[in-house]
Order: sequence, then structure tokens, then C-alpha cells
Amino acid sequence: MDMNQYLSMFIDESNDHLQSLNESMMGLEANPEDISIVQVIFRSAHTLKGMAATMGFEDLASLTHQMENVLDLVRNNKLRMQDFIFDTLFKSLDALESMVQDITAGGEGKADVTSIVTALQAIVRGEIPAAGGAAAAPAAEASGDLQITLDEFQYSVLEQSLQEGHQVLYIDVAIRKDCQLKAVRAYMVFDLLERSGEVIKSFPSVQDIEQEKFDYGFSLYYITQKGADEMKSMIMNVSEIDTVTAVALDQESLAQMALEAAATAEAPAPAETAPAAATPSASPAAPAAPAAREENAAKAAPSRTGAAPSRTIRVDIERLDVLMNLFSELLIDRVRLEQLASEVQNTDLTETVEHMGRVSGDLQNIVMKLRMVPVDTVFNRFPRMVRDLAKSLDKKIDLIVTGAETELDRTVIDEIGDPLVHLLRNAVDHGVESVQDRVASGKSDTGTVNLRAFHSGNHVFIEIEDDGAGINPQKILQSAIKKGIITQEQAAGYSDDEAIQLLFAAGFSTAEVISDVSGRGVGLDVVKSKITSLGGNVVVYSTPGKGTNFSVQLPLTLSIIAAMLVKIGSEKYAIPLSSIVETGIVKKNQIRTIHGTRMIEFRNSHIPLLSLSKFYAIPDFDDSAEEETEIIVVRKSDRMAALAVQDFIGQNEIVIKNLGKYLPEIQGISGATILGDGQVALIIDPNAFIK
Amino acid sequence: MAEDIKVIVFKLGSEEYGIEVDKVQTIERMMPITRVPKTYSFIKGVINLRGVVIPVINLRGRFAIEETEHTDQTRVIIVNVNEMEVGFIVDSANDVIDLNRDSIDTPPEVVGGIKAKYLDGVAKIGEDRLLIMLNLSEVLNKSEIVQLESLEG
Repeated sequence: MDMNQYLSMFIDESNDHLQSLNESMMGLEANPEDISIVQVIFRSAHTLKGMAATMGFEDLASLTHQMENVLDLVRNNKLRMQDFIFDTLFKSLDALESMVQDITAGGEGKADVTSIVTALQAIVRGEIPAAGGAAAAPAAEASGDLQITLDEFQYSVLEQSLQEGHQVLYIDVAIRKDCQLKAVRAYMVFDLLERSGEVIKSFPSVQDIEQEKFDYGFSLYYITQKGADEMKSMIMNVSEIDTVTAVALDQESLAQMALEAAATAEAPAPAETAPAAATPSASPAAPAAPAAREENAAKAAPSRTGAAPSRTIRVDIERLDVLMNLFSELLIDRVRLEQLASEVQNTDLTETVEHMGRVSGDLQNIVMKLRMVPVDTVFNRFPRMVRDLAKSLDKKIDLIVTGAETELDRTVIDEIGDPLVHLLRNAVDHGVESVQDRVASGKSDTGTVNLRAFHSGNHVFIEIEDDGAGINPQKILQSAIKKGIITQEQAAGYSDDEAIQLLFAAGFSTAEVISDVSGRGVGLDVVKSKITSLGGNVVVYSTPGKGTNFSVQLPLTLSIIAAMLVKIGSEKYAIPLSSIVETGIVKKNQIRTIHGTRMIEFRNSHIPLLSLSKFYAIPDFDDSAEEETEIIVVRKSDRMAALAVQDFIGQNEIVIKNLGKYLPEIQGISGATILGDGQVALIIDPNAFIK
Repeated sequence: MAEDIKVIVFKLGSEEYGIEVDKVQTIERMMPITRVPKTYSFIKGVINLRGVVIPVINLRGRFAIEETEHTDQTRVIIVNVNEMEVGFIVDSANDVIDLNRDSIDTPPEVVGGIKAKYLDGVAKIGEDRLLIMLNLSEVLNKSEIVQLESLEG
């Protein structure tokens, strides 16, 4: 059977499943006890496995299969989720994602995943390397499967103690879940132990336990003269202790453990035995699956009602683009018809054209809405990214996403991902301080990064706000002077607010330490230019000590905009309405010349007056000869300039067209549009006039 | 025996040039051109070709031949090369001929003032008609334009 026709469907659905897997995993990590999330994950993984197997992507199927085995244990309460398992599962997801990408790119979806598979199998067998909490996986409690890795020194200490006739105990303590002060209970246990022996190694470490960084259980190696049962009952006397297991070790079991620890550390080595090992462990999981699935479906249903799926169909993006193009042509014809109707002065015709205008207005709304995509499609990968980043930087960060349902044009969505990633990385890396710094300044040890999207007027705002240390304007100024971006004299004139906007200046990067994450000098200027090229803007607000807010302003759409048409000589130009502040007329005697620049007074300040006819070298018009000049005041953030034109033609909805690939980028021109009379008019880029 | 190709024949001054027909999208009469400021002088501007904005260049200007007034015969040949759509303004275009690839010879160093690298070859058709085949990718090569400009400028 030819599978190619199903391939695109497979890729789409796999991506959906991977995304939902990622999201659910994040949810589970925040809430490790919630078995209903595990059910959701299990089902997604299972479907993915089924699809991959049907399509013949064996690697994909077998990796999902291993994940399923682990998840099956978890949902049947045979295994408790812990850091190591999460990390392995996340790694598996990454591997799956790259496989699907490979398939999308026309590859076979093959990848070397033996190390991940081995790790997953180890988890299924109950062997969790030291990185994992040794808490209370019941399957792992058998005395042979001990989880703490000992280093050579600790090992030899234990060995010697045995030779000298001491008892070496492996003790596993679980504190009751409702215990309020688990660190205190743990301390009491340690205190007790220290009185009659010595703790060689504990997991989590003593420091972590003191700071409550453990999960209701800990394990330790202990040297004492007393017997295992005696120790057990002593520990049980401490209140709020759930269970205690104490196993006495002899030299043989100690040696075996050391061997095992070495084996788990050297993950790829046993990879060759992987398929063989997978089969037996898989078989118990498989029959359980169908029965469990039905039951899960019922259980998981209520928890999913929050995101009731709307009825949708998948449409090829290209078809939408074609629809958009066809509609643009219709719009041009409509404008042309309106123009003709107004010339002919026939009531019936005028009415029909007006009605057509209304219908096409509605149609425009719908076509635009079709192209609107919720920002969630970009946002959804951020929680995972921030989690990984925070982990690698050893910070604690909550990412709070609001307004993910806000919609933006697909073209904007496609472009906005990278700049946002950059800003988020900045917030995590430079914005939020380290745990120590936060505690020292009296903040909660967990930083918060808010990612917000919302509508306002004809724009969508996306804000990235952290509650970190904020930006010191003086530092920015000094750094800018040092890098030669501004001079000492200029710096004196900068307000705090202006100073921090220097972050966006080219060649500016404040990071004092270049970290792995950000601060490689490819800085915010790239972000800024990207966003400006989308017709948007980005500004930064910061309160030292309180945090920083990067606010990105984006246009709702890129393809149809409202514009003011102007005439200069025999040429017509369009200026986007969004950047126009005011139109007006100035008399010749109101124009002053300051340092050779023509300026006019506008709202109590002086702004430069620029001649469009000179800038564009328009042959048949010269505004300087005019007694009264029509001007258009345009703005770029808070700076303004006046552009001299000959006549205003009026406002119009215009369809933005690009100038074709052949033409190089032209300063001051952002594109072209087709007017009602079929002529091409160029669209002025007002940003080019304001530095 | 090599294959036959169809070639659009157009004129610049007295010379006859050819472009393979599958590179040509349409041939249009002269239409209003919107000037594009701040660009090369041979780029005459952009036109609206049924809803698509297409830049047009004057082929005379491109080959540094003296530019002339447009006449009734002036045509715009819209070509599509390397996914670029560009219009060429030519003096006239009124013939499509079949040509055998074998009849195209490598060009001499300079033909009618045009550098050899813009040419694919020269074909002899009929008694004493020479047809100059254009190398479109080279004609539309932008990096080369920059050099040209800097030489002139």
C-alpha cells in the first residue's frame, strides 16, 4: 500500500501529539501525583506508536513503546515520577520530535536513540541512577536493587567497616505525606542515626534534605554496631514516619552494587541487548493497555472539558494564500468600480456598488480571520524551553502564559517566534536573578516570567515581564559610552527611560558574563529590526529591583492596511495610517531653518520637515516653491517628523504587494499597492525618515 | 541531431535577439510604469500585470545601448527566471521561430556592444540573419550589476 498519501496527515498528527505530550509532561512535572495526566500522556504516546508502526517508522514506534512501558508503570502506581524519569522522558520527546522533523524533511525518521532506550529500560527494571530520588519505588525496594551510587572512597570506607565487624545498613525512610515539616522530621532521623553510628552517604544530600528539597523519602548508607531491625524500630519511633526499610549488607552485595552502579552509568554499552530485553518487559504492559484505555477515557474526559475542541478542518496554507490573493484582486476591482460609479452618477449602479462594498467588507473580515492563528501556536513551546533553561541555569522560574488565544496573522506568527525566544531567554538568563540573589534581596526563591498577549486597537501586544533585578540605566549608559554608541555629552541628556532603550542599539550587549544561553553579542538589535520589519515596535520598561518588561507591539495583519494616499507631482504614494499623527498645512513663513534643516513647530516642539519630492527625486514637483505646503506628521515611537507632499487624495484600504525579488531593497519604500485605476503606487516606509 | 527549441525573437535597434519560449510568461504592449526611486537607472519602475507587481527594466539601458523613445512597436516581455519575474522593454517583438540547438554557435567576444557573458550563443537563421541568444540568469545577475554601477559611478 502506498503510504505517501497519508504521510502529511501522519506528520500533522504526530506534531499535534508531540505537542500535547510536551504540554502534559509539563503539567505532570508541576503535579507529579496526578495520575489522570499520566493517562493522557499514555494515550497520546500509544496513538503515536500505533501511527508510527502503521507508517513503518520502526525507530519512532520502538522509542514510543519504551516510553509507554515507563508510563504504564507510573499510571499503575508501580513507579513514582521523579526528576530522572522526567528528564529521560523529555529527552525521548526531543528525540521523537527530531525524528518527525526528519520525516517531514523526507527522511526515514531514523535516529540513534539507544542511550535513551537503555535509560527507559533501566527505569522499567527499577534501576534509577543516583540522579533520581531513591524515594519509594516499591519495585525497586528489593535489596539487590539499590540506587545510590557510591564513589570509590565511600565504597572503601564501607568495605573496611565490614571487615572490622561493623554493620553496614542500607536504610530507606519514607515520611508521611501529610507531614508539615518534613525537613525537621528528617533532621530528627539523622540526629538519631548520628548518635549510634555514622551516615556515609545519603540521597538526597544532607544539604538538600535540610532545605526540604526532597520528596517525602530519602535513603542512606549507614555504619553502626546495631542490627537492622533495631535501627528500624528506633527510626519508627520518630513521629510522622511512614515506613522504614533497613537492609544489612555484606561484602558480596556491596560489591555487586558497585558493579551495577558502573553498568547504569555506562548506558550505551548494553544497548545491543535492548531489543531482547524490551520484549519481556513489554508483554505485561500490552494486554493491560486496551482495558485500561477504556477506563481512562472515561476518567480523563472531565479533566479535558476545559479545552473543548472546536470543529475544524485542516486546510493547506497555500490555498489560504491563494484565497487571499484572489480577494486582494477583488478589492482592487471594488475600488475601481466605486471610482467609476461616482463618475457615472447612476443611482442603481451606486447602490449596487455600495452593497458590494459592504459584502466585500464582510468577506475581507472572514478572509482575514481565516488567516488568524492563535499565538498559542508559538507560545506552546515556551514552557518547555523555559523549564530546560531554568534547569540548566539552576534557577527556579514560573512561566505564566496569559492571552495565548489572542490571534495574529499567520505571516506575523511565522516570523515572531525567534524574537520572542530571544526575549524569553534574556528574561530567564539576565532578568531573573539566581536563587541566592533572590533570597538575599528578600524575594521568593522562584522567579516569575509573565508572557502576555492581548489586543489593543489595531495592534496586538506581547509582553514578556520578569520580576528580576531590573535594568540599571546608569550601567547601560556607561556601557554604551564604552562601546562608542553614544558620547559622554549625549549621555548627559538621556533620561532613564531613554537610556534603557539603548539596549536595542546595534552592537550593544550588556551581559557581563557570556553564558551559554544568551549574551553572545547577537543582541536585542536583531530582535528590534525583525519586529520593525514586521511593522511592529518593541520597547522596554524597567524598575530596578522590581523587574523588566519587554513590550512588543505588532500589527494585526500584514497584507491589508489602511493608508493615506498622497500625490506628489505626477506620482502617487501611500503612507500607512498607523504611523500618521496628523495632516495639516504650513505656511512658508512658519518654516524655520536650524542647522540647515527645515523645522516646523508642532505641538510645542520642533520637528524636521522633510521634502518627499527631494528624497524620492520626483521631477515635476518642488515643495520649497509652494506658499503653503501640505504636510503629514508621522511618528516612530515618540519621535516625529513632517513630510511635505503636494496633495492629499484620501484614505483607502490598500493591499500590500512586494516589489518582486529582482529589485534590491529601496530606502524609504516598504512595498507597493495597486490603486483603483490599475496603477501601481509605492508604499512609503515612514520609519526611514526618523532616526 | 539535437532537439528543436522555440524561440521568441525581439529587436533592440537593428540586432535581433532570442529568448527560449518557456522562459517567457507573456508579451505585453507598453503600459503605465510607476517609477521606483533610488535604484539603478535601467530599472524603469514597476507595472501592474493582472494584480502582480513586476519590475521592468529597459534592456537597452541594461546593455548600455542608447535608450530611445517608446513607439507603437515597443513591447514588454515578461520573463520568469530563477523564480524572479521581470519585464524587459524591447523595441519590438513579433516572431516565434523553431531553432535547432546545433545551429547555435558560441558567441564572439563582443556582439553589438553586449559582453559575451550575457549571451548563450549566436544562431544563423535564413540567409544573412543572425539571432543572438540571451543568457537570462546572467542578464538578471544582481551582483554583477553592483560591479557595473561602481565602474560607471
